[in-house]
Amino acid sequence: MSQAETAALIDDLLAGKHRALARVISKIENRAPGYRELVSELHEHTGGATVVGVTGSPGAGKSTLVDKMAETYRERGETVGVIAIDPSSPFSGGAVLGDRIRMASNVGDMDVFFRSMSARGTLGGLSTATTDAVKALDAFGKDRIIIETVGAGQNEVDIVGTADTVAVLVPPSSGDDVQMLKAGILEIADVFVVNKADLDGADRTVKELKEMVHMRDASPLAGTAGHHGADAGRDDDPTGGADDEDDGWTPPIVETVAKRGDGVEEFLGTLHDHREWLASSGELESRRRERYAEEIRRLLREEAADLVQTEIDTRGGLDAYVDAVVAKETDPYAVAEEVVAPIRNRIEEQQ
Amino acid sequence: MSTQDPEERTVRCLVAKVGLDGHDRGAHVIARAFRDAGFEVIYSGLHKSPDEIVQAAVQEDVDVLGISILSGAHNTLIPKIVDGLEQYDAFEDTLILLGGIIPEEDRDGLEEMGVGGIFGPGASMEEAIKFVRENAPER
Repeated sequence: MSQAETAALIDDLLAGKHRALARVISKIENRAPGYRELVSELHEHTGGATVVGVTGSPGAGKSTLVDKMAETYRERGETVGVIAIDPSSPFSGGAVLGDRIRMASNVGDMDVFFRSMSARGTLGGLSTATTDAVKALDAFGKDRIIIETVGAGQNEVDIVGTADTVAVLVPPSSGDDVQMLKAGILEIADVFVVNKADLDGADRTVKELKEMVHMRDASPLAGTAGHHGADAGRDDDPTGGADDEDDGWTPPIVETVAKRGDGVEEFLGTLHDHREWLASSGELESRRRERYAEEIRRLLREEAADLVQTEIDTRGGLDAYVDAVVAKETDPYAVAEEVVAPIRNRIEEQQ
Repeated sequence: MSTQDPEERTVRCLVAKVGLDGHDRGAHVIARAFRDAGFEVIYSGLHKSPDEIVQAAVQEDVDVLGISILSGAHNTLIPKIVDGLEQYDAFEDTLILLGGIIPEEDRDGLEEMGVGGIFGPGASMEEAIKFVRENAPER
């Protein structure tokens, strides 16, 4: 893509053309030539949107809740961008992206920009793509951005890490799910949502979650396990509000019936409260800094990996090395040293 | 990074049911076959209006829009979709495919409107996938 094309695409996006926004996100997803320049150009136009991550186990009702959130935001006159991420087949690379079906309340409303993204088998790359797609929506001028993803593990944790506020959905009677939540999803939740609260077992799930949140706060590790790793700024943080934990924010538990729209207003109110807390505690600033730091680290890792890959390619690919290691002619450490040494030497020469 | 050939761009498709007809077995089968061919497939769900299809096709920036119509309303619905795509500058680089029950005498007219290919009963999956691979618009 030429410079002129990049500039034209950015101009169209900033002018509010949906097609340009869609195309920019495609380029980001495809890592098409020139996408870096595009994202670089977008950066200065970002910062206007609030970003909420919604995650939870399959069938928890994420898409339905996101639909109602978008509807409520629209009633308030705010524009909405949604990025919904579905897994792709590791075998064919194909995917059926089904979240769009649930966006029934916002059909025909172009001010809800809904975009499905697939994991494309490279989850590391997906968090980069998500971060960049959020930038595109932000620069486009969306007031509210929602990232929706299945909460299944560390990769999803990274993805929702792009958000200012993370909501974790828990369906009722999911004792086992609550167990699962302990293994990482718990730490990222700023708000818990017990969706389908009209079903049996909802009360018990709420109770279990309350216990878990309480235990987390009581634990000596509380505050150090957060995904944002932004605890540094908390020492001088005047602890406000009702709770007297040093953490300053205890994840509330909200009950919703997304299908009917029950509890959605309250949920959005809680998101708003969290946002206010972020701003007043200085956490917003430190989370943003941490996110940019992580983004830079990630890009550097990717760049470094590309450099190494090029070096391996020029040496005839990895297979020959694997053969040699299998034959015990060399070992993986020696191979790594051999490949990296010339790169390191070149860097040292320049210093 | 990816195990896929970087030269081979991931094809994105919207499989759409439009209008009142509620038969989507064929659309499901197509969605699966496309997925297994390595495409990313977005399924619209049933009973969508042309506006909704246009919105989805534009926002998702799909390469291929596959529309399934078994109700006989294709001559009414397709022009609306084409107009909508044009309104968002999305018509030129979207390959429109049509499946379902399309009478022989309507085909020329539909192709003139901008439908890239029509796949009726008896069309094979391989045929449709090959057609997409060969005709997906360059971007």
